[in-house]
Amino acid sequence: MDWKKVAVPLAAIALLLALWEGLVWAMGWPDYKMASPSDLWPAYLRYQPLFWLYGWQTLWRTVVGLALAVVFGTALGMVMGLSRVMNDALYPLLVGFNAIPKATVVPVVALMFVGHHDFNTILIALMISFFPIAVSVAIGLGTLEPEYRDILRSLGASRVMVFWKIALPKTLPEFFGALKVAVTLAFIGTNLVEIITPHGRGLGHLFQSAQTNSDFPLMFAVLLALAAMGIVLYYAIVALERVFAGWAIRGAA
Amino acid sequence: MGNLIEIRGVSHAYRTKSGPLPVLKNLNIDIPEGSFCAVVGPSGCGKSTLTRLIAGLMIPDAGEVWLHGERVTSPRKTVGMAFQNPVLLEWRTILDNVLLPLEIVAPTMPRSQKEARARELLAMVGLDGFETRRPSELSGGMRQRASLCRALVHRPDVLILDEPFGALDAFTREDLWQTMHQLRAREPFTALLITHDLRESVYLGDQVVVLSGRPATTQSVMTIDLPGPRPLDMLYQPEQVARLAQLRHEIQIAQGREVA
Repeated sequence: MDWKKVAVPLAAIALLLALWEGLVWAMGWPDYKMASPSDLWPAYLRYQPLFWLYGWQTLWRTVVGLALAVVFGTALGMVMGLSRVMNDALYPLLVGFNAIPKATVVPVVALMFVGHHDFNTILIALMISFFPIAVSVAIGLGTLEPEYRDILRSLGASRVMVFWKIALPKTLPEFFGALKVAVTLAFIGTNLVEIITPHGRGLGHLFQSAQTNSDFPLMFAVLLALAAMGIVLYYAIVALERVFAGWAIRGAA
Repeated sequence: MGNLIEIRGVSHAYRTKSGPLPVLKNLNIDIPEGSFCAVVGPSGCGKSTLTRLIAGLMIPDAGEVWLHGERVTSPRKTVGMAFQNPVLLEWRTILDNVLLPLEIVAPTMPRSQKEARARELLAMVGLDGFETRRPSELSGGMRQRASLCRALVHRPDVLILDEPFGALDAFTREDLWQTMHQLRAREPFTALLITHDLRESVYLGDQVVVLSGRPATTQSVMTIDLPGPRPLDMLYQPEQVARLAQLRHEIQIAQGREVA
């Protein structure tokens, strides 16, 4: 790989941290008003075991929620993309459901399934992240040019065959585009649950207890840890995209 | 030789919100086995509907489509299609694109045999060396060549061409016309070509069918009894220029701009 591809983003991050540090220093903000990057490292060191434990809890629940969103969203998108009637029936419902702010759904879910913290967290992550996947799969399948279908149908191929040979692979680029949005949304979902209905698990909980103790450096440390996890997951999906839909990336072949 | 395709009194209408829209009306076309039939007519006169009827993708409201003495009521494996949009699968190599019909029609044929067949066709159209490329790496003309190979790979008796050269520049188009003649010389097939290009119809066709405006019916049939492969400059000989003028006149009538 080209060294610039690594060096440029790293330099940008270093520059941003330096500006942040400089701003806090120049304004003379105390660390109960605004933490600076140099405050974060001690916070990480002090709470290191908690970061690993809670980070893992947030991570696995996000990934499971996202995985379920992929299954559910793809299935829904297939139904909508392949059937005009189902599309007309489900689309308004889907838009309406997506329009409900998920922060308001969290207490409802927490009441419905009292005590099932992992389940609740995964459920909200799923609810918040399946929408872009369903829509993109539906659009991908629904906009298949008729000639593609005719090529196979004129040879007597079944609908299932057309789906496997053409419609599904052709939808993969849109699917991965949606997945990149969904992964961030799933993160928001897990953290919503961890912060709104605290149950002693996840980085959201660590954030909450830092807030209670007015521990600004720890709150910022959690934010950055979440950002780092988000970046890792995002690039995991980019890697999958290169494997399964690399043909759609110009200049990559 | 008998007729491979017989279209007998075919009428068809699309259902629209404002009532039925008739596109074909009492259409009759005979295409002898091994011959090349070019169909010209005004835009939107139902030519593409005709291709779908022959491919068995649609059944006409009235009349009959016969292929090999059998009435067409559903898709059959002995048809190859190519469109104006080459619709190659971007995630497959050129070779794998050409192999696609064989995966449907001959799933049990050994891979090596399928590949040999595809490579033979690709070489015929001048695409040898491009087997492992992706469609996005090829020019428009090359993609259309690959699309033709895919339409022919399973040795169909009928090749249905729906304006396959329509989106190409004039010189690339002429190259592909010559390629069509070369293919015909080596691969026996019966072809139906939909086109808007009168020169193309005269250069390629053994007969040129002029359809009237919508709803389309057979307005006239011109027979061009010249053995192929034909040289390109035949188009500039007085006899063919007269044919082109005649066709031009027929199209004007079809468009309702001149009286017969």
